[in-house]
Amino acid sequence: MITIKNLHASINGKEILKGLNLEVKAGEVHAIMGPNGAGKSTLASVLAGRSDYEITEGEVDFDGIDLLEMSPEDRAREGLFLAFQYPVEIPGVSNINFLRTAINEIRAYKGEEPMSAKEFMATVREKSALVELDAKLASRSVNEGFSGGEKKRNEIFQMAMLEPKLAILDETDSGLDIDALRIVAKGVNTLKTDKNATVVITHYQRLLDHIVPDFVHVLYDGKIVKTGPKELALELEEKGYDWIKEEIGQ
Amino acid sequence: MLEGLTPTSILLDEKELSLAKNTLATNQLPTTRMEAWKYTRVAKLGKTNYRSSEETIESLDAYRIAADATTFVFVNGHFSEELSSDEMPEGVSISPLSSCMEGEINSSNLVLEDEIFTALNTAFLTDGVLIDIEAKAIIEKPIQIIHLLKGEAALSNFKTIINAGDFSKAGIIQGFFAEDANKAFANVTSEISVGKNAFLTIDKIQYEAENTSHISTEQVSQEKDSTFTINTITLNGGLVRNNLNIEVIGENCETNLNGTYLLKGKQHVDNHTVVDHTVPNCNSNELYKGVIDDQATAVFNGKVFVRRDAQKINAFQSNGNVLMSDNATVNSKPELEIYADDVKCSHGSTTGQLDEEAVFYLRARGLSEKSARKLMVSAFIGGALDKIENKDVLKYTYKLLKERFAWDFESDFNS
Ligand SMILES: Nc1ncnc2c1ncn2[C@@H]1O[C@H](COP(=O)(O)OP(=O)(O)OP(=O)(O)O)[C@@H](O)[C@H]1O
Ligand SMILES: [Mg+2]
Repeated sequence: MITIKNLHASINGKEILKGLNLEVKAGEVHAIMGPNGAGKSTLASVLAGRSDYEITEGEVDFDGIDLLEMSPEDRAREGLFLAFQYPVEIPGVSNINFLRTAINEIRAYKGEEPMSAKEFMATVREKSALVELDAKLASRSVNEGFSGGEKKRNEIFQMAMLEPKLAILDETDSGLDIDALRIVAKGVNTLKTDKNATVVITHYQRLLDHIVPDFVHVLYDGKIVKTGPKELALELEEKGYDWIKEEIGQ
Repeated sequence: MLEGLTPTSILLDEKELSLAKNTLATNQLPTTRMEAWKYTRVAKLGKTNYRSSEETIESLDAYRIAADATTFVFVNGHFSEELSSDEMPEGVSISPLSSCMEGEINSSNLVLEDEIFTALNTAFLTDGVLIDIEAKAIIEKPIQIIHLLKGEAALSNFKTIINAGDFSKAGIIQGFFAEDANKAFANVTSEISVGKNAFLTIDKIQYEAENTSHISTEQVSQEKDSTFTINTITLNGGLVRNNLNIEVIGENCETNLNGTYLLKGKQHVDNHTVVDHTVPNCNSNELYKGVIDDQATAVFNGKVFVRRDAQKINAFQSNGNVLMSDNATVNSKPELEIYADDVKCSHGSTTGQLDEEAVFYLRARGLSEKSARKLMVSAFIGGALDKIENKDVLKYTYKLLKERFAWDFESDFNS
């Protein structure tokens, strides 16, 4: 579904991604772990199309299209979704209002009819129930005054509304208590099919008990330096990253 | 600038006329060295040879803000009887100033000394409208005054007089437009008195052209227990200066001043407001919000006076601006002058860009950049537009926003 080859990206002249390779196929769940500052969020941002980054080398193929050439909105319309590590608050812009615009612009892009108001409201009800997001929150200003956990659930709610092909969840589990974590994981698992794929960026093995990955990657110093089965996550949590550094000879 | 203009034939007070003529003879156009005109250059007005010209327009359709209203139409300040309503609602009398008898136009409370634009308006008054609302009259249908500029270098000196009787309630819509106008100039004054326990709301839409000028001076006085609200919506006009002076002379009054301006091109829009609290126990709320694009400039100067005996005053004032381009400019100066000690006053001013993080967030969900920015803009000015109670005015405003900016705000506010 997505193939990232030798990706180099810098910000303000500082290279953050230093030749990253990753392939994710439909139906798979990948976990990316790595120390603070390794470049995990940078990877997510670069894929989503944040313009602050300069791509100096490499390519990203997303189901046959050159992802790096596209605007952020077209990437979303092609089915890429990023659950932000730090979702922004947008006072005055109602959550469901902007989602309706988003859905209809995505539909227009695909040459489809807009979603009827009735169908939209029914979908809002269904999907907000899925992530147990209070219907009142769903219609409030985007993330304004939301608790940390509510913001994360709102990200998954939006993901459920948009039904992306590839979802990248950047530390969606951080700061969640176990109940919230279960809810988020349930949301992600319910949306899972053999046609879509999920990349979860996390520091904690705990999440991976609930969203079981097919592969665990270690992102270190701008590169994927190790890939293993889900047990790798446990090992990383127990032993930290020093042994990886030794293994790769640093 | 004045050559070729004919002195007014409206039956104004003689003393005022001579005061106005005297001001014109002894004053120059203001320069940016004067505090009140520091950010607004009007020199170009002096370089144009204006003329008074009678014009007609074919149809009012494009300018009708409210469909169901009592409408009076003026083109270049001249009354257009054919386009105006002939039925008068009960409880109010509306007449063009040109049809008023001697002594019918009550003495003005405009400042004419050293105020060249009010003096020009008085000495060369084209025409205007006198609206007398009877005491206790509740006027359900809005009264709509539509003013158009038309033709080359047309000058309109136009005046609105509103006397809202005690315990009356009315809504007045003012629309200022331009049709095939080039370098035209609307120099407008309003004299408004709000009687005891009266409710008066004015919705003023300014939508002239990028090369027209508009200077208006509104002088409002409020008697006790009255509520006065004015919403000023400025969406087009090359040079626009609104002087809004409100004198609260009775206790227990409420005053609401709201403004929304969206500017682009080389527009220059200056809102100068004064709220003068001379007596205790009153509230005033002022909210002006603007979005400035291209090389446009917005000026806001809001002054609130709280005089020594005016205790227990609540006065709030806020001006917010969003700059959409690197070449857009804002000069914002909210001011409080407080001489009483038991008051609650606050003022604030913010100027910034749209939150780019938020724009990216919305785009990452599939919204086009244009939709994302539009949504952010509508969220920003929504606070000021929400104050407009007249649904027709709001609807018409959305229509203009769509026409001028290709922004469809309506869907955002109706859901
Ligand atoms: N605007 C910027 N200018 C310079 N360096 C930056 C900028 N933004 C991020 N960085 C740096 O890029 C590096 C990677 O940051 P990134 O957010 O991708 O890390 P991360 O792996 O997601 O870390 P965490 O686990 O803390 O979320 C860090 O060293 C960070 O300081
Ligand atoms: Mg991160």
